[in-house]
Amino acid sequence: MKVLVAVKRVIDYNVKIRVKPDHSDVDLTNVKMAMNPFCEIAVEEAVRLKEKGVASEVVAVTIGPKAAQEQLRTALALGADRAIHVETDDKVESLTAAKLLKQVVDDEQPGLTILGKQSIDTDNNQTGQMLAALAGMGQGTFASEVQVEGDDVQVTREIDGGLQTVALKLPAVITTDLRLNEPRYAKLPDIMKAKKKPIDVKSPDDMGVAVASSLSVLKVESPAERQGGTKVASVDELVDKLKNEAKVIA
Amino acid sequence: MSILVIAEHHNGQLADSTAHVVAAAQAIGGDIDILVAGENVAGIAETAAKLTGVAKVKVADDSVYAHQLAEPVAELIAGLAGDYSHVLAAASTQGKNVLPRVAALKDVAALSEVVGVESPDTFLRPIYAGNAIATVQSSDALKVLTVRTTAFDAVDATGSAGVEAISATVENTLSRFVGEELASSDRPELGSARVVVSGGRGMGNGENFKLLDGIADKLGAAIGASRAAVDAGFVPNDMQVGQTGKIVAPELYIAVGISGAIQHLAGMKDAKIIVAINKDEEAPIFQVADYGLVGDLFEVLPELESKL
Repeated sequence: MKVLVAVKRVIDYNVKIRVKPDHSDVDLTNVKMAMNPFCEIAVEEAVRLKEKGVASEVVAVTIGPKAAQEQLRTALALGADRAIHVETDDKVESLTAAKLLKQVVDDEQPGLTILGKQSIDTDNNQTGQMLAALAGMGQGTFASEVQVEGDDVQVTREIDGGLQTVALKLPAVITTDLRLNEPRYAKLPDIMKAKKKPIDVKSPDDMGVAVASSLSVLKVESPAERQGGTKVASVDELVDKLKNEAKVIA
Repeated sequence: MSILVIAEHHNGQLADSTAHVVAAAQAIGGDIDILVAGENVAGIAETAAKLTGVAKVKVADDSVYAHQLAEPVAELIAGLAGDYSHVLAAASTQGKNVLPRVAALKDVAALSEVVGVESPDTFLRPIYAGNAIATVQSSDALKVLTVRTTAFDAVDATGSAGVEAISATVENTLSRFVGEELASSDRPELGSARVVVSGGRGMGNGENFKLLDGIADKLGAAIGASRAAVDAGFVPNDMQVGQTGKIVAPELYIAVGISGAIQHLAGMKDAKIIVAINKDEEAPIFQVADYGLVGDLFEVLPELESKL
């Protein structure tokens, strides 16, 4: 079974973001970029499926500018066999990403497609579900455990209040949650080897998908700052303030 | 305009979140219908019909909707969506699972975690873990939104909408429910609790989380945790408050032994009052706390419990 894993280039999760002075967007100039953390978990899961003998080949795919090949090289260093780069400099919304990935799924016919549940830039949490809908597949979102059994995959999902397990008919789409696994670090020899692995570059035009969006961002602002910093000296003072000043307890 | 609100329900009960989503629908304006999909959900539909401002409750009661799996529920909603300008659900794991699938079936964009309504086509939503707020306009004829429930005050239950059964059903050959493990607790849900008490890595171990119980009991609070405490294995992930866990906005948030990483702040900085208890007076949590108490939590917690 082939496993397709989608990765996204995003701002590094340690970077403190700044809104541009003209409020058009977040300022990404000279900011450290990295693979989206949930995508790292997706790559790790795909590679583990290969190590377990469940997957025969792991194909990584990304959509984005030329620089996004860095993230594909990371995926290749972590154990993906080859990669596909859908190259575009345009901003790609979830639905367009799902349409592009649907084309890749049609070409590659993977048994499983694994994505991060959300990217830490737009925080949409949509692409996996949309891809599953377009491809007519079942979806195992927010996965904390994945087990392939015959023609099914059992996915344990992190839901509000606990865990839910569903069985999906293969082929299926899975999105990863935090506790699915702990991603490994790429070793230097693997990073060297990854440089020789093939990356197939395509354009959205070649794939017959228009990069368009019905959403327009009118402005981006910083959230209201919280005024904190007051200290209390004792538990008595704390209880008094909560009762008589903040009036949040009786 | 007409708006379809997808009811959320668990164990035969309408979830509180639905009343918040109806409030968001009222902010958009227009006729508001509710869809209750599930198995044996007549009682839930009756409760939903009482929510203020609701015109009609549509009920899809069929075994195929049991456990509200995304595949059949999204197909059901997509089939109904033609009559509506907006489809709304809570930005819960349920809403986020189903609504993007609906949007793709209808070939429209989806907007996640909406925290404000500027006009019927323009919405506010947090990006970059709440470190920026985007104002986004949608030109789609159908707008599909998940709503952050803490951003909208719940509507009352003073209504008496009509209830109407939907006979059309769908088939589901893609997915099957296997099982569920829900944490049982007498405490309020994290997402909707008036008071939340959370512990971090400073708690030391999972056993010490019991120190929070007494305080939570006295305040009627839910108990949460930072990602550091979850990653350290102290408590399960469903207790996690933060960018990668639950977003809460209670009236009172008490952070115990939590340093205040950006990722945690993203999940709780909309609380009305924040209390921080930490022995490190330089901890970033104190910068956002309305009341900070520097001290050893193992001494502070028992004293606080006795004085509440």
